[in-house]
Parts: sequence; structure tokens; C-alpha cells
Amino acid sequence: MALPSYASPVQKTYYYFYLFFCGVVFFFLVAPLIAIVPISFSVSPFMVFTDGMLAWPPDPEAWSLRWYKNMIGDCSADVVSSTVPCSNKWMVGTLNSFFIGIVATVIATSLGTLAALGLSRPHMPFKGIIMAILISPMIVPLIITAAGMFFFYARINLVYTFTGVILAHVALATPFVVITVTATLVGFDMNMVKAAQSLGARPVKTFFRVIMPLILPGIISGALFAFITSFDEVVIVMFMASLDQLTIPKQMWAGIRQEISPVILCMATCLVALSIFLLTTVELLRRRSERLRGIKPR
Amino acid sequence: MPIGDMLLRSVDDSQINTVFPRTFEEYNKWNRDVEELPPEEVYRTLFEELATGEKIQIGRALTRMNYSKSGWKSLIKKTSREIKKMTKKGIVPESYKETLIEINNDWGDPTFWYSMAQMVNKQTPIYYWNAIDRTYDQNQNVIMQDEKRRIYVQTWFKTLKVSVYVTFFCLVLGFPVAHLLANLPLRYSNLLMIFVLLPFWTSLLVRTTAWIVMLQQKGVINGVLVWLGILSDDGRLQMVYNETGTLIAMTQILLPFMILPLYSVMKVIPKSHMRAAQNLGAKPAMAFWRVYLPQTIPGMSAGGLLVFVLAIGYFITPELVGGKDGKLIGSWIAFHLKTTLNWGLCAALGAILLAVMLVFYWLYNKIVGIDNIKLG
Repeated sequence: MALPSYASPVQKTYYYFYLFFCGVVFFFLVAPLIAIVPISFSVSPFMVFTDGMLAWPPDPEAWSLRWYKNMIGDCSADVVSSTVPCSNKWMVGTLNSFFIGIVATVIATSLGTLAALGLSRPHMPFKGIIMAILISPMIVPLIITAAGMFFFYARINLVYTFTGVILAHVALATPFVVITVTATLVGFDMNMVKAAQSLGARPVKTFFRVIMPLILPGIISGALFAFITSFDEVVIVMFMASLDQLTIPKQMWAGIRQEISPVILCMATCLVALSIFLLTTVELLRRRSERLRGIKPR
Repeated sequence: MPIGDMLLRSVDDSQINTVFPRTFEEYNKWNRDVEELPPEEVYRTLFEELATGEKIQIGRALTRMNYSKSGWKSLIKKTSREIKKMTKKGIVPESYKETLIEINNDWGDPTFWYSMAQMVNKQTPIYYWNAIDRTYDQNQNVIMQDEKRRIYVQTWFKTLKVSVYVTFFCLVLGFPVAHLLANLPLRYSNLLMIFVLLPFWTSLLVRTTAWIVMLQQKGVINGVLVWLGILSDDGRLQMVYNETGTLIAMTQILLPFMILPLYSVMKVIPKSHMRAAQNLGAKPAMAFWRVYLPQTIPGMSAGGLLVFVLAIGYFITPELVGGKDGKLIGSWIAFHLKTTLNWGLCAALGAILLAVMLVFYWLYNKIVGIDNIKLG
């Protein structure tokens, strides 16, 4: 929306100020994420831009991969620093995070898809209430959900177990799946189900051969949301997980509180890369879904 | 279900009743107006129950008793040690009352006995009163806590204040951006949308860490300001580990939640409305104020409530960036859950927060509807 050629100088000033303001906000949104990337390659054990890093021409001495080596558990002499402990905790955390995240995603996606299918039937009773209850973990502050779950799981002895953590994450992640799949189902033609059944397909076969391929983009983007929710979750993990269930966020939390080390920034850089990847995937899926449903981009 | 359990916890006081059931029974028979101290029977049952009770259970009960009046814990610990010695020797005291008072003078102090009245019932609202800095006096009246123990009311107000500020800043920063995104051709706006969605998808802890890196004294922002000559090298600003840091970081973290609903509302406002208003003689500012702004109200309320509701329960960022005085109510809930194990108070704080949330949730539903939540 460019300015018309007859715009007055006042309008022009306003317009450029407005563009400038938006630019500042965009900068505000992404600058912190970009700033951490170079620092993670620093030699210094402090999370700052050192003089060497800012020097021109670039000083190769100031840059290194030592914190990345530290992160993957390589504790050789050039990596170790007096202030930064070196252990394989980050790798253990990564494995645990992926394990918990993937199991929770599979369960949450199956449950969420089924719930969304049921909720989008035209004659579903108590639709509003069920939807509100299903979505509530998204709206209620995490700290309350975490406290409630901790009390409840303590009663049935699930605290400090993988099962407990996974179940808690499923409860958090399911709403995201429900929402994305419901959104896909809005454009879904229910006559296809009738057609499939009139041709002799049983309900299960109808689901796998007719419904699922059509709503697959919704399911996958829901699953990605579920995964990132579980992968990123720190409050519940803090309360419900013991050292055995160490995950990346828990290790980062401990890292920020106790040892401010650049290893955290290495992990953060990896996570930013992961989120860029997931973001691209979701965006591509959304476009595909729109194409399939015949919605043309304007 | 877990939340229901939490609500029960917040009024639950039954554990202590399983430890001293008979003492409490006798205690209820004590008429305070007639006798200064409880009758002999109360002392006798207490003596016996301390002698026979399980150590772990008594320990838990003691923690609870200390919430009502500090001093209970050491008093009973000392006493039960003496009782154990006596039962080992096989001594059966003649007067339980006098023996106990002999062991420790505090047993003759009526204020201890008065505070026991709070524990007799299986349900108690004491944790709720504690959560807003009130406590009971000896006659079961609700009074303010001691000056130095008043922390929660202050924290509640601080939480509200921070949430309101964050919502306001998000609105001010988010509105123009959403407007730009909604009015640019799709090619450009999709590209710019990445700037909004990338933080949205990035781990919360990563963003919080990034802000610590940016804001600390040797951090990026201070560095740039010093380099530009705006600040002197020893005049670096303290921006992190205080409320400023919390506000800046929370605004950035919650901004996408404001931009996305605003964007989806602005997207469907026809551009011709503004042109029509100007055609009819309105100045651009007037046209914006009278025609455009009213149409964005659903988006603003949706985004505003979403941000507010998220901010009020926020815990990670204030805890890490906020430093000592940046603690919000969420931090206290976590503190009582993990460190002091005062689960009753923790559950009560949670329940109050939940009630506040439900009011806003209800409002949100009224104004926008739950089904309208959009992701990405």
C-alpha cells in the first residue's frame, strides 16, 4: 500500500514514521534470536561479544567451536574451562527430549484427531463444553496445570517417571492437535464419507483411505505443534521429572540459573534452527492444504 | 481432574487430624471462658499420642502446625524427646498437665493452645487467608499478617501491574505491525510474517536466554549504546534482573499472540472503507479513528485478553530475568511447591489465580468465542 502521489508532506512524514516504527518492532522481535548465534561461536566463557569478535579484519582466534564440542560431550583439554562444567548432560537431555516429545506427539495426535473428528459431527451433544474442557490446558496458566498435575500424579505415584511426564505432555499438546484438525475439517465434504460407506467401506477403512489422506496436512501440522509444545516444555518437567528425565529445557533452566555458560547459547542456536525447520514445514503444509481445498491465494 | 484435586488440597487439613484425633476431640470440650488452660484430659491424650504416634506423620503435622504459629515445631520436638525418655524408663506421670509444663514452659502459654483451634477442622480456609496476607488471631478473627510477612498482596498487585503493562505495550507495538502485514501485498506480508512466527515457534527458554544476553551490563544493547557514545563505559544501564528486564522480555515473548489475532481481524476489513470515509470528507486521522479502529476492536480484545491471561500466569521469564524483586505470583507457587512444600498455600494461590483466569476466560468467550483461536 504505497502512498498516493498526491499525498501531503504531513502524510508522507506519518507514513515514513509508520514504516520506521514497524521496522523497529520487527527488529525487536528477531534481534535477540539472531544475536545469540555469533556469541555461541565465541572462545570466551562469558556470553558477550568479545573485542576480538568485533575486530576488523576478523580475528580467527576469537572464534571457536569449543562450546559445541562441550555440548556434545567432548571434554578434551581445549574444550574444558574452569567455569564451565563439561558432561554428557546435554546429549542425555537431547535424547530424553526427543523420546518424550515423540511418544507424547504420537499419543496426542491420535487422541486429538479422534476428538476433532467427533467434535465436528453436526449432531454432537455438549460440543461447546467438551471443546472448552479440551482447550483449557492451553488457556490455564502452565504453573496451575503443573501444580494440579503434580498433586494428582503424586497420589497415583506417577511423579518422577517417564510415564508421568509423557502423560502430562499429552494433556498439554492435545488441544493444539484438536484445533488444527478441526480447522482442516471445516472444508471437509462429509458426503465423501457417505460415498465411501455406500461403496462398502467399513468405518475404519473409510477413515484410513478417505478421511485421513484429505486431512493429513492438518494432522501433521497439529503433530508438529504438539511436538514443539512437549519439546519446549519446562514448567511441568521441572516439577514432575527427576534427574533421570532430564530434558533440554530442564538442562537449560539449570544452566541459566547456575552456570551462565555459552553452551546454553549453542543449544539455543540449534533450537532456533529446529524452529526454522518446523516453521517452514508448517507453512508448506498450509499452502498444500489450501491448494487441495481449492482456496487460491489472493 | 488434577485441578479438582488441587482445589481440594487448598482446603484440606485432614493429615493433622489423623495424627492427633483424640487430642482434638478432647480439645473441643475445652471451655475457654471458664479455664485459662485446657483440661488435664487434653494434656493426657496429647502425651499419649506423641508417645505412640509415627514419627514421619508427626513430622508432617508439625510443619502444618508451624504455619499457624511458629514455635510449635521446636516445642513438640523437645517434648516428644522427653516423652520417649520417660516411656523408656516406664514412668507414668501423675499429672500430665504439670509434667508437660515442667518439660517446657510453653505448654502453659495459652496462645499456643488458641492457635490449635485452627487445626481442629478437617477443612480450613486458612491457606486462602494466608494467600492474601491474612491470618487468624487467638479468637479466630481474621487479621493482617505481621508487617514483615506481608508479601502476597504486594505480589498480586505487581503481577497485575506487569500484566497490564505488557498487554499495553504489546497493543502499541503490535497494532501498526498487524496493520502493515494486513495491507501489504501477500508476497511481502508472507515474508514479513516469518519475523512474527519465528519467535512464536522458538523455545521460550531460548528467547529468555537471548534477552539476558542482550540486556546484561556487558550485553549487546549496552555495548551498542557505549559504542555510539550515548553512555559512558561505567554508566552502563542495569536492565536485567529487575522489572524493566521482565517487561521488555515478556513484551517480546507475548507480542506474536497480539499480532496474530489482530492480523486475522484486519485482513478482512475492506480497504474501501477508509477511502469511502475520506471521500465523504473525513481527514485521514478522523477516518481512522471513526471507521477503521472500531472495526478492529474484536481483534484488539482477543489479542489483549490472550496476552493478559498468558502474562498473569507467567513464571519462567520473570523468574529468570526478574531477579530478586521481579518475582510474580507464579514464582511463589513454584517456590511453595518445590522448596517449602507448603502445598496447601501453593494450592490456594493457584486456586485464586485460576479464579481470576476463569473470569477473563469467560469474558474472552463472550467477546470472541473460544473457537476463534487461531494458530500460525
